[in-house]
Amino acid sequence: MLEIKDLHVKLEDEDKQILKGLSLTVPSGEVHAIMGPNGSGKSTMSYVLSGKGGYEVTGGSATLDGVDLLEMEAEERAATGLFLAFQYPVEIPGVGNMTFLRTAVNSQRKARGEDELSAAAFLKLVRARAKALKIDAEMLKRPVNVGFSGGEKKRNEILQMAMLEPKMCILDETDSGLDVDAMKLVAEGVNALRDGKRSFLVITHYQRLLDHIKPDVVHIMAAGRIIKTGGPDLALEVEHNGYADLLAEVV
Amino acid sequence: MSRAQALKAKQTAAVARIDVANLPTGGAWLNGARKAAVSRLQQMGLPARRDEYWGFTRPDLLVAPAAQAAPVLPVEAVPPFDAIERLKIVFVDGVLDLEASDDLSAENLEISSLAEAGRRDIHWAQDLYGALEAAAHDPVARPLGALNTALATEGVLIRVTGKVSRPVSLCYLRREAESDAVLHHLIRLEAGAEMTLLENGPAAARLNKVTEVDLAAGASFHHVRTQGRDHGRQAVALLFARIAEKARFKSFTLTVNGALTRNEAVIDITGDDAVVTIAGAAAGDGSDGVFHQDDTIFLTHDGVNCQSRQVFKKVLRNGATGVFQGKILVRPGAQKTDGYQLAQALMLDDDSQFLAKPELEIHADDVACSHGATVGAIDEEALFYLVSRGVPRRIAKDMLVLAFLADALDEIEDQPIRDDLKSRLQGWVERHAR
Repeated sequence: MLEIKDLHVKLEDEDKQILKGLSLTVPSGEVHAIMGPNGSGKSTMSYVLSGKGGYEVTGGSATLDGVDLLEMEAEERAATGLFLAFQYPVEIPGVGNMTFLRTAVNSQRKARGEDELSAAAFLKLVRARAKALKIDAEMLKRPVNVGFSGGEKKRNEILQMAMLEPKMCILDETDSGLDVDAMKLVAEGVNALRDGKRSFLVITHYQRLLDHIKPDVVHIMAAGRIIKTGGPDLALEVEHNGYADLLAEVV
Repeated sequence: MSRAQALKAKQTAAVARIDVANLPTGGAWLNGARKAAVSRLQQMGLPARRDEYWGFTRPDLLVAPAAQAAPVLPVEAVPPFDAIERLKIVFVDGVLDLEASDDLSAENLEISSLAEAGRRDIHWAQDLYGALEAAAHDPVARPLGALNTALATEGVLIRVTGKVSRPVSLCYLRREAESDAVLHHLIRLEAGAEMTLLENGPAAARLNKVTEVDLAAGASFHHVRTQGRDHGRQAVALLFARIAEKARFKSFTLTVNGALTRNEAVIDITGDDAVVTIAGAAAGDGSDGVFHQDDTIFLTHDGVNCQSRQVFKKVLRNGATGVFQGKILVRPGAQKTDGYQLAQALMLDDDSQFLAKPELEIHADDVACSHGATVGAIDEEALFYLVSRGVPRRIAKDMLVLAFLADALDEIEDQPIRDDLKSRLQGWVERHAR
């Protein structure tokens, strides 16, 4: 269970407050969606939770199954079971996708005191998971995300998620830049990982992703906090009416 | 000081240096070549700080009367190229050790030692010794090359007449803390011949090495060398190459450690349709002692439809210095030239420096030449991406450092050799991680 309580975050180098009392709970096994206008702090929330530098937490807390996330290094958060699917996955020339995946999987296992996967066991696993996402052997051999299309990059994010088997997955605008077929493929990949225990926080601007990844709860975020929480219908309402009415209610 | 005064000072220094060194005698035909080199050197003088290509690298250690002592390290348990099937030629403190070397007779290979060469009529060597060096001083003087031709008594002469099955591997061992070695190798590949030359080992506290490589039409020469471990090394390695039509020349150098390493290459493409690649990866950590590494390249296109690539990558930390001075000269008529030059440094802190001087001089109108020189730090976005997947920060950083250097290492065609150097470099990076 992810629990965020009254989280306040500002930029490290500027006097600019981004999150202003964000509170949010995602129980185990649930899928929550976050929608909200540009600049409301959705990506900042995902970065702060996953441990990116450049932000300063000025108040509040964030825990995963009771463990304080904010005190941990980014790699420890990952090993604890937090995963962020990036809106813009980074290209890393010179680092092979397979080497990267194997290093990540085994680093996490090591951090949790588990045995590392052998080369053979890893290869078997990655081939099976890649196949389900229609990621071919050639893509696995290439450097991380280099020369990947927008759709391939997002599928590669889901492959990493499938390999790392996190408890809590944050998907930051995973639908951005995807055509309908690519979005369906990615959504299928996500749905395949829903097992009743794993939780998801899906950040999106568009209702259509939620047609494929059905959320249990929808939150609306604006100006650094959640302003409204509801069922899947809330996403439809935003799709039809925009955010103006909701924002007006709050003010 | 006026120009004339500066030249006079350099010439005086050259005369003094030659006097201290005692010119070798008794080399028959070599004596003539040595005398000619002495007079070249007396004309141009020793390098000085004000020379255009010595502004970034102080020549003092290389021209001083004696070597600066450098600690001798025990021989590595597994030296580079250990697993590669090769013909080994061993030098100890710059002196050929035939007993420690393999049998030098092999198919399509004629190998002899410079120390013996003067007493024999080896016509190809007589034509080549000092010839490419002598031709390389215009427009930029290479006095340390002339100094070498004048003083060298050791080296190997390799003539290749066909395809050679095993690489020839020059292994340089060191025993003396103050050894001052001068090596001069000659390599001649006849038409269509193919060989791989490997070099590794510390050689001497101070090393002045010249390699003259003459490729006949359609010959193919691969060269991979490592300069590693010994922190106090003072070395200048000059590579003079002449490339005839349809010949292929590939040279790669891995440098780690070393107080002063100057790798100079003067490459003349004289024929049409030739392909040249010269690449290097360097990793330096100033906390091990002074690290200064310099790649100075002068590549001339004088044939039609030739390709050249220069790819140099340096990782620097703790006050390390990297230098790149690379020039592509396209002579009139060298049409359809495809020239590429890349020099990049990755700085792991604010204390290190990278000094770059890329140059293109083009006298033909139908050519494509590109160059890029960049300096950067570790990409924080990439680093966070790796760390966010659970890769510990230190390992993620190492991955990015190795990834940065991979572009240069990938210029090595032979996979076992490339993998050997990659794993060595990985070891260095991991030992120097913070």
